[in-house]
Amino acid sequence: MSDEEDIVLSELDDEELVQQMHDDLYDGLADETVEGTNILLERGWEPYKVLTEALVEGMRIVGIDFRDGILFVPEVLMSANSMKAGMAILKPLLAETGAPKVGKMVIGTVKGDIHDIGKNLVSMMMEGAGFEVVDIGINNPVENYLEAIDEHMPDILGMSALLTTTMPYMKVVIDTMIEKGIRSDYVVLVGGAPLNEAFADNVGADAYCRDAAVAVETAKSFMAKRQGSLEAGAA
Amino acid sequence: MPGDDRPDPEKIMLIACGALARETLLLIERNGWSFMDVTCLPANYHNHPERIPEAMRTKIHDAREKGYTRVVALFADCGTGGLLDAVLKEEGVDRIPGAHCYEFYSGAIAFDAIAEEEIGTFYLTDFLARHFDRLVIEGLGIDRYPQLRDMYFGHYRRLVYLAQVDDPEIDALAEAAADKLGLAYLRVFTGLKPYEAFMAQYVPKPETVS
Repeated sequence: MSDEEDIVLSELDDEELVQQMHDDLYDGLADETVEGTNILLERGWEPYKVLTEALVEGMRIVGIDFRDGILFVPEVLMSANSMKAGMAILKPLLAETGAPKVGKMVIGTVKGDIHDIGKNLVSMMMEGAGFEVVDIGINNPVENYLEAIDEHMPDILGMSALLTTTMPYMKVVIDTMIEKGIRSDYVVLVGGAPLNEAFADNVGADAYCRDAAVAVETAKSFMAKRQGSLEAGAA
Repeated sequence: MPGDDRPDPEKIMLIACGALARETLLLIERNGWSFMDVTCLPANYHNHPERIPEAMRTKIHDAREKGYTRVVALFADCGTGGLLDAVLKEEGVDRIPGAHCYEFYSGAIAFDAIAEEEIGTFYLTDFLARHFDRLVIEGLGIDRYPQLRDMYFGHYRRLVYLAQVDDPEIDALAEAAADKLGLAYLRVFTGLKPYEAFMAQYVPKPETVS
């Protein structure tokens, strides 16, 4: 999607610049994404508007082409890195300006597993979609999940695993939550290459998320249901 | 006559991962297991485990259509998260126990010990060492985007080469692979014994051979 001739981002009008940022995200150009983000902020755009219209919309296009087999993991990672670079500028500003929060998620890779690419993509896409994300990293025993839940009181707990040998640990976490009587307080989403819906059902998760885009949609849908139940309960 | 092309009833079709083809053929030749035929699924399914279960089902059906009554899958779970097992159960076909070829080459206990010693271990077999650049460097896009190396491998600490044969050339490739990934290097000789033992189960007992 790149043009041969150099494009001066600051010379583009807002609409052209946003379109160019979508292209730069698609092409995994982090420096250009940062530059575009700064230009829009200098022009007086609200951080939340930059996030949703430039970055999230750009990543939505990336997500569609990934789903359709046009883009592959390396390209998506480069796009995600570019979004991360833009997000690094926006994150403190979003906190200051009180941008709307859709919900809160604690996410981590399970014990014995050091893989975090999928988890990082989910974290980034969730943040982009307006969730507050607490990422507890890799190789987490059940105690880490419980501590994070206790400390951050999220709406959603996300668990990730890449290995057939480590994915059963998700059941350990969920069973412990059941024992402690807190399972129904949280939406539990699971993901990772070797997982599938049947596995998610077997371990007692609320849903299996095939990829980061699905994770965002699933999380939003659960939050809407939660919101509905809260409103119904309050009525 | 149509029946002429049908295999001997003692014949067995082994459906192997392409990454095991060389070793499988070596064992068949070494042991004189001429009643074993081999067909393979592409080795690059290692990077696309979601393609394995249905491709396996197709291979099983093809083998049965050709008249093979005995079919064995030379696969571990290979990242299919139980979906390969579901297909194999429906089709009545055995597979090699374990999660990956790393595990059955080294034997489950030895593998667990290696993994427990350092969970940040990346494994290579002979096949993966020989085809490292194609499957890992190019397959993961590191050739195009070198900065992805640390995203993929940042949490790994060492590369363990599980050697099936003694071959200095493959040793050198494995060590170079560790260097490319910036990982410590360890070579562990596994040989082919555990794999050979699995295949030997399907050798007909003497009394059943006419």
